[in-house]
Amino acid sequence: MYDYDIIVVGWGHAGCEAALAAARMGANVLLTGSGWETIADMPCNPSLGGPGKAQIIREIDALGGEMAKIIDHTYLQIRLLNTGKGPAVHSLWAQADKKAYTAQMRKSLEIQPNLTLRVSHVERILINNEKEIDGIETEAGEAYRAPIIILATGTYLGGTIYIGHESYSSGPYGQPASVGLSKILGGLGFNLVRFKTGTSPRIARHSINYARTKEQPGHELPFGFSFETPGTRKNQLLCHLTYTTPETHNIIRTNLSAAPLYTGAITGPGPRYCPSIETKVMEFPDRDRHQIFLEPETRDGETVYLGGLSTSLPPDIQTELVHSVPGLEEAEIIRPGYAIEYDCLVPTEIYPWLEVKRIPGLFTAGQINGTSGYEEAASQGLMAGINAVLKLRGQEPFVLQRSQAYIGVLIDDLVTKGTQEPYRMMTSRVEYRLTIRQDNADLRLTDKGFDFGLIPEKRYQMFKEKRMKIQNELTRLKTTLVPGDKNTAKLLEKMGTTPIQTQTSLADLLLRPEVDYETLGIVDKNRNELPRDVLLVVEIESKYAGYIKKQMTQIERARRLETRRIPRDIDYSQVYGLSREAVEKLSEVQPDSLGRAARISGVSPADIATLIVHLETGNRKRKQDNGDNDET
Amino acid sequence: MVRDKETIAAISTPMGEGAIGIVRISGVYAFDIAGKVFRDPSGQRKRKLRPWGVRYGSIVDCRTGEYIDEVLAVAMPAPYSFTREDIVEFNCHGGTGVLTKVLETVIKCGARLAEPGEFTKRAFLAGRIDLSQAEAVIDVIRAKTDSARRLSLENLKGGLSSKVSMIRESVLGLLAHIEAAIDFPQEDIEVLEIQDMAEQAGEVISGLNSLINLGKSSRIYRDGVSVVLAGKPNVGKSSLFNVLIGKQRAIVTHIPGTTRDIIDDWTTIKGVPVRLVDTAGMRKTEDLVEKLGVEAANRQAEAADLVIVVIDGSCPVDDEDKDTLFRTVDKPGIIAINKCDLGVKVNENNIPPYAGVKKIIQVSARTGEGIDELEKALGELATTEIKDAGDNPVMVNLRQLEALENAMRSMEDALNILNSIKTTDLAAIDIQESLFWLDQITGRSASDDLMDKIFGEFCIGK
Repeated sequence: MYDYDIIVVGWGHAGCEAALAAARMGANVLLTGSGWETIADMPCNPSLGGPGKAQIIREIDALGGEMAKIIDHTYLQIRLLNTGKGPAVHSLWAQADKKAYTAQMRKSLEIQPNLTLRVSHVERILINNEKEIDGIETEAGEAYRAPIIILATGTYLGGTIYIGHESYSSGPYGQPASVGLSKILGGLGFNLVRFKTGTSPRIARHSINYARTKEQPGHELPFGFSFETPGTRKNQLLCHLTYTTPETHNIIRTNLSAAPLYTGAITGPGPRYCPSIETKVMEFPDRDRHQIFLEPETRDGETVYLGGLSTSLPPDIQTELVHSVPGLEEAEIIRPGYAIEYDCLVPTEIYPWLEVKRIPGLFTAGQINGTSGYEEAASQGLMAGINAVLKLRGQEPFVLQRSQAYIGVLIDDLVTKGTQEPYRMMTSRVEYRLTIRQDNADLRLTDKGFDFGLIPEKRYQMFKEKRMKIQNELTRLKTTLVPGDKNTAKLLEKMGTTPIQTQTSLADLLLRPEVDYETLGIVDKNRNELPRDVLLVVEIESKYAGYIKKQMTQIERARRLETRRIPRDIDYSQVYGLSREAVEKLSEVQPDSLGRAARISGVSPADIATLIVHLETGNRKRKQDNGDNDET
Repeated sequence: MVRDKETIAAISTPMGEGAIGIVRISGVYAFDIAGKVFRDPSGQRKRKLRPWGVRYGSIVDCRTGEYIDEVLAVAMPAPYSFTREDIVEFNCHGGTGVLTKVLETVIKCGARLAEPGEFTKRAFLAGRIDLSQAEAVIDVIRAKTDSARRLSLENLKGGLSSKVSMIRESVLGLLAHIEAAIDFPQEDIEVLEIQDMAEQAGEVISGLNSLINLGKSSRIYRDGVSVVLAGKPNVGKSSLFNVLIGKQRAIVTHIPGTTRDIIDDWTTIKGVPVRLVDTAGMRKTEDLVEKLGVEAANRQAEAADLVIVVIDGSCPVDDEDKDTLFRTVDKPGIIAINKCDLGVKVNENNIPPYAGVKKIIQVSARTGEGIDELEKALGELATTEIKDAGDNPVMVNLRQLEALENAMRSMEDALNILNSIKTTDLAAIDIQESLFWLDQITGRSASDDLMDKIFGEFCIGK
């Protein structure tokens, strides 16, 4: 009686991953979007990765998602950031060819069995008498029935674009906004909040005077985002860097009356990590310049993205602004920047497995949940796709812990704390980043991906081989002893380290700051040649063993609260001694564990103590009612 | 009934002979229970006590109607009370007997005897006080003297919290620099150089260190200075103990070795609470019980803050005296030459040079001669022990002290990393750990504060 098992609404990064994952797990999936050109589009910054986001892409890949493979096939330039810092925060970053990315993702969707693509504008969500999901209805009056819907509508939901004094209803790129959907969601009693984001002007490549800018080349690397990618692409393009001038800042200051951000036209909060140039100039008046990145959007096309110059000033002032930047004196603006306001759900209204609490069968992913960024969206799409299928099968939902994955932190933050601004992933949000690194994403997650049927057999065999090699080498380092003799002393001196008195394991030598795996080879003659990805993990795990152990202790400490379950049917208003704010917040979020409850803002340690007491008295009472006398 | 809905009662003033003692009742039935036991001057039952009024009357046994004590009753309705529950307090005549009787009748009428610290726990659970304040309240209850009480009140007003908050702010700032650099490597932001980070870490460490020292010295106010009486048997340690405490407590006989277990009691010397410990005489003995006593004495002497070595002034200094002096050589203290009323056979020249820098005072426990001088010297020593505390010492209990020490250790680890392998993200792990321990005192959570700090400090936005 249903047309499909799952309908995914929206084919941005979240929708594509959701549809692919669900179809690969065997569900019959319909994926709809409003324009054929907008599949996996990058309407803002044409780049992927960077700290926090790169780790997410790795995790998507480790679970069997698509993003890493596609960017590895299509980027214009790749760099490894943070190499001067520790291995936990090394982060890949890539300039995407947005046209090629879109085409490649469309190809993946097209060849995927069980997946139907349909250009259509969804107008209504159908709900049956049991208040369960029943399907969708499009603008054209078509109805498709399915028990599960994944909403991944991005900034289209009630989108309004602002440029100068003008404002009009629109999705990005002049695509129509989903006003109807917004209304339907509102009618279902959802709290919607309004967020703002913005984008920069695009200028014509031929009109740039590159001589006045600084070149930013890519890196040659022996790896990519995906664990399957062996090395860097050839023919990377250059990016360029220039700076605003005091004149730029003057133009902004004198035209603030035309800036929707400062006239009061825009009310939604924008992301603090991605402010408009107006905000940067006004909030940090001491800075005499700000960076402007010139980033090509495609390999052959004309458009160049001006990273750092997000603005919603009127177009003529944007032209003036751009011309005040060295290298851009003659620049032709192809498309002006704009600010966009859009609706999202209050993410505390969804469960950690991304199902909406008040409507069984409705899942949400991406910007609709209050996040920002392609990677954040894609990872939620993947998780929503997996969980939608698990629900169909009647299986337990798949929830990643904060100590397991960046994706776990992302979703936990959203559903537990909500967000006051578009949420972006950052490594500083992650408590345990030394144990959840990009090099070990597969070790953490690929077993799961394989169990779900998202990782093909061949890749899983390769992964298991890699894991075995890592374990064997770690054991060998721990059990291979170097004698404390004169010969060794000479070798150690050659390695630039102090001699040893008694026989010492290779692992212990590797703990010394001045010794790395390569130099260790001087006293470790019998080692086998190992692949780069194996060595990377081995070196980090053994070199930072002390710190990894520290972090494990922290994880263990947190686990005590994390593993204390709160029953679903708890009535917080009946918990004696809870503050009113805590009752409100806890009732709204319905945390499943004390650990999650403790992270809710507005819930104080005293409230947690109260909850502990309450749960404890409940336990004791139950025991008493059961006739147990162990309380005495 | 849910345990926390029970009405509790307890004597909330220290046990002992005070002028006034208070019986406190807290919980939903506090007013009902009070009504059952309280009678107005005309002997009538009062159904309802007027909130915030002080009412004169009496307490009767609720079963027999027997008169127990003359009291002042104060009713404090929820939520404007210490526990945010209904509270009634009876100000009774001091004295353990009367107070116990009042409490008993209150319990007969339906209250439950409060567990130790339960009022505070309820106040804490009701959100009335935060973690560090809750503990300070317990400290108020346990405070032995006025100076200690003053310190506790300071802490209630946030003395420790505000000091820890200041340090926490620097830690957060340091972390923000590291995190901003990690999360926004492509941004043109000015983050601290490693050596500047190390310098800031060093400042945090010295801040924590002085707070720990401050706390350690103020602990002496709360836990008291422990002073042990040491010396060979029958030199008059127990007599001296009794004189200093001011009551006959230790059994005094002329038979050497009478004091076999440890006897201690509290007294106040110059406003400092002193826990005076009487010990078995330190001598070699074959008597098993006495031997155990001697071993315990040795342990006490080692653990004490100060020592009073007691020597019998009427006999020459012998090997056992010298042994005691030798054992206590590292401990600050006083040498009391007792029994000076019996004619002094010992003077400073008889004390071996290894006795250290202890002041020598001639006393007589029997006549009271020299006791003033001894107390004065003891008081001075006790205050030199706490002199680092300054004018505004901070009350730190053991748990808080432990948290501060952990915070400092983690910061030292961070400094070590910054100075050696210079890997900021590893240092960040230690700094976060340090923050975790500080937040065990402030009861806050760092994650949101960190984000605010990063975005407030740096212009970020590509």
